[in-house]
Amino acid sequence: MSDLKYVGTSTVRVDGAPKVMGAATYVDDMDFGGNLIYAQVVESPHAHALIKGIDTSEAEAVPGVIRVVTGEEFPFTFGLYMQDRYVFARDRVRFVGEQVAAVLSRDPRIAMAAAKLVKVDYEVLPNVLDLGDALKNDAVLVHENLADYEHVPWFFPRVNTNIAHWRKTRKGDIKKGFAEADVIIEDTYEVPRYAHCPIEVHAIVGLYDHSGRLTLWSGSQSPFTQRNVIAEALKPLGLSHHQVRVITPFVGGGFGGKAGVSMEIIAAAVAMVVRGNPVKVLWSRAQEFYNTYQRQGVLARVKLGAKKDGTITAIEHDLHWDAGAYVEYGANVVNAVGLSATGAYRVPNVKIDSLCVYTNLPPGGPYRGFGYSEFHFGLESHMTRMAKQLGMDPIEFRRKNAIRGGDTLCYGAEMNENGLLEAIDKVSDAIEWGTKEESADENKVIGKGFSCFWKAPAMPPNASSAAFLKFNEDGSINITVSGMELGQGYLTVMAQVVAEVLTVPPNKIRVETPDTDRNPYEWQTVASHVTWSCGNAVKKAAVEAKEKMIDVVHRARGFDKDDLYLDDEKVKSKSDASFELPFSEFVINGIMTEDGTFRGGPIVSSGMFMPEFASALSDPETSQGGHPNVHYTVGAAGVIVEIDKDTGKMHIKRAVLAVDAGKALNPSLVNGQIVGGMLQGIATVLYEEIKFDKNGKLVNCNFTDYKLPTSLDVPDEVIPIIIEVEQPDGPFGARGIAEHTMIPAAGMIANAVEDALGIRLKTLPITAEKVALALNGINYEDVRGDFMGLCFMGDREKYDFDAVRQT
Amino acid sequence: MKRTITITINGEARNVDVSPSDVLLSVLRDRLGVTSPKEGCGRGDCGSCTILLDGKIVRSCLILAIEADGHDIVTIDGLGKDGATKLQKALIANNAFQCGFCASGIILAATALLEKNPSPSEEEVKEALSGNLCRCTGYQPIIDTILEVSRS
Ligand code: FES
Ligand code: FES
Repeated sequence: MSDLKYVGTSTVRVDGAPKVMGAATYVDDMDFGGNLIYAQVVESPHAHALIKGIDTSEAEAVPGVIRVVTGEEFPFTFGLYMQDRYVFARDRVRFVGEQVAAVLSRDPRIAMAAAKLVKVDYEVLPNVLDLGDALKNDAVLVHENLADYEHVPWFFPRVNTNIAHWRKTRKGDIKKGFAEADVIIEDTYEVPRYAHCPIEVHAIVGLYDHSGRLTLWSGSQSPFTQRNVIAEALKPLGLSHHQVRVITPFVGGGFGGKAGVSMEIIAAAVAMVVRGNPVKVLWSRAQEFYNTYQRQGVLARVKLGAKKDGTITAIEHDLHWDAGAYVEYGANVVNAVGLSATGAYRVPNVKIDSLCVYTNLPPGGPYRGFGYSEFHFGLESHMTRMAKQLGMDPIEFRRKNAIRGGDTLCYGAEMNENGLLEAIDKVSDAIEWGTKEESADENKVIGKGFSCFWKAPAMPPNASSAAFLKFNEDGSINITVSGMELGQGYLTVMAQVVAEVLTVPPNKIRVETPDTDRNPYEWQTVASHVTWSCGNAVKKAAVEAKEKMIDVVHRARGFDKDDLYLDDEKVKSKSDASFELPFSEFVINGIMTEDGTFRGGPIVSSGMFMPEFASALSDPETSQGGHPNVHYTVGAAGVIVEIDKDTGKMHIKRAVLAVDAGKALNPSLVNGQIVGGMLQGIATVLYEEIKFDKNGKLVNCNFTDYKLPTSLDVPDEVIPIIIEVEQPDGPFGARGIAEHTMIPAAGMIANAVEDALGIRLKTLPITAEKVALALNGINYEDVRGDFMGLCFMGDREKYDFDAVRQT
Repeated sequence: MKRTITITINGEARNVDVSPSDVLLSVLRDRLGVTSPKEGCGRGDCGSCTILLDGKIVRSCLILAIEADGHDIVTIDGLGKDGATKLQKALIANNAFQCGFCASGIILAATALLEKNPSPSEEEVKEALSGNLCRCTGYQPIIDTILEVSRS
């Protein structure tokens, strides 16, 4: 692999110039003319209530209002993995902010004013806002008709409870495992909800034209999945897949929040009833917070057993997820964690229970890391605590238990080869582990923290990717794929893969953003899987094109196929050094033979990839027997944190992250993911926190009250480290790395705080305020007041994880 | 009551009828087709709507269109009218942005900084960008590029 020319180089992004020159187009930048209708959503003020009636007459009487639509017109459910969502709330509302109706007008200000005139008659119901209430034996049910919802075969809902899914994983003999342990540590950790906060809010325009076609211009991570979910949902209105077209221009950040289908269903459904008029649904920043997806909260109990020599004998991990009002996507986050909550360690005896719990809060869903950031907080805190209790060095303890290629995973399949040990060592060196640092300021102390991480793509076993490739007259190339450029650099990397196979430089390769009419299938741009999966499809398309080119030259010029190769945008012969045919001379018009006839024609090709070895079928009681995860990406991270003992203010002096990319197809883009993902992760620990009032209303849905890091909050130094242990079934050995870069943040910072101050914080975020309170011996929970960002309002120590087993 | 105002946008005088309550950002985007300033929050928190008004950094979501009457506006389209600036070239070469949604605001803020202070310290660069949120990059590649350009 040493003679790679384009793969492995820090090629300039193919979308760099459009973005830096201001030419990149996002959905809300598109012009739909004077016919455009704006849909303003009427929202529920209640967390849980029955809708007794909706009076639209006053709103409809406002001049300029075209009409008002309500859930009556759309009696369908929809959802990605479980069909538990509605276009508009119908009989009941399940969270504050849920869409109940929409007012349509060509003037957005009229729509907004008239939305306030829609009168909804509610009968307020008791609600469940935290896990304690949701899991009580006589709990109020968020979905009384859970039994009716269609779902994927790997979900196990508990009818007549708020448990939408329960993933159980069992390996070895858990009792024996703890019996063999010399030390057992058990504790509970709590992670609140978070918001994705892409700087571009959700925006979609839908047009159902008079020929019966529905076109959606959508800022989406998942054009094909959107088409599928929407076509399935609106089938009763007479739509079929080929009549639905999703076009996705550039997306201004996704982080999981623009995957699947959330608010997009509104534009699609409303467009169906105002045929011939494009309809725009543009979320406000506040709506972006409370009515897309949120990262779910979790209460996690970790019980870890180890022998005196540092060998882990058993882990029991209970995770109760506050999944919100609809879990059509979020339940799969819960599922993914249920299969992987051992972390990147070899553990012989495992018991994991991961429960997806309905609450009357905004729908949970995918967020960069897909549940792994959440469980790593408790697990990696525990790893350091266990090492200390054993009298071992925390990094040495991790090293000793690090998972290796060939180890048996907790669901029975085999772990892929990986560079975890190398990552551990390199990060350890980079944070100068073992040397204690003193702050120059005597009011400040310095601590170091460490965390390993791992993550597998969470996807259906048949999630696939496809690619089309075509040459142009001058030998340049267009490829079409339907992964989404979210900023990660996917388009550039796809161009590099083609460049490598066909010897055409990336700057002569155009890669388009998706249009489901013209581009081939891609499941979704999530799970950090497109480099791997779509990269394989693109590589196959390039190889097919290469074979076609060699075949044409063979047929026209008589060279053996084996004798021909591609180099420098030409077909060349090994045996005849004088022969070279530039691509531009034949890739469209073919090659003329002696009698004036031509061979060849436009070179077009396609490629497809599906992981045919994956399977989600397994024993529901143990998860044994399947192969749900295609592979894991692993790594390690560390920080050096300086803490002010008076204010609790933390300052990151150095942050280091090493990730095993298999093969970094573009090191500059990998580094970009590390630097950006680390700050996003650090922000969830130091600054961000969603807060609800005691009625379930999100109170800090703007950037003044929900603090994102600015340029003033960057660490003094970020050191990205790339490890490359080849992924044999990846394109040029590559696997995904994008989500992983935020996973270790919470564990490593919590460990650094303890290292510096001797304080163990078990709830996120770890704000300056909490640190300062802890330093003064005050329990944050005693002073936090009515605002809840937590998924359990009671005393965490008293939360009864076992009560639920009786249900 | 509509009123016709004249704004010079990237060197060209444009007339537009506006109501007194029309916000400059929406007039630029929805009425004049100038879509490079983006709306990320609509309340002054994110900086993605940044423009240069008479050479000064302004959040166009926070001012009314009538306040721009007779004034001179530069957006990123105007900055690169005759090809990429030195800063833009370096940002492209360094893969400094990801989703790009924040780029127009950040580049205008950085351009204004470099005009005022051609050799800023790292702290000054951070200070100048602190009103512009970027969720993707962790800021460092952008900060580094601005320093690189100022030092070259
Ligand atoms: S849109 Fe103007 S500051 Fe956010
Ligand atoms: S590059 Fe995405 S917000 Fe800055």
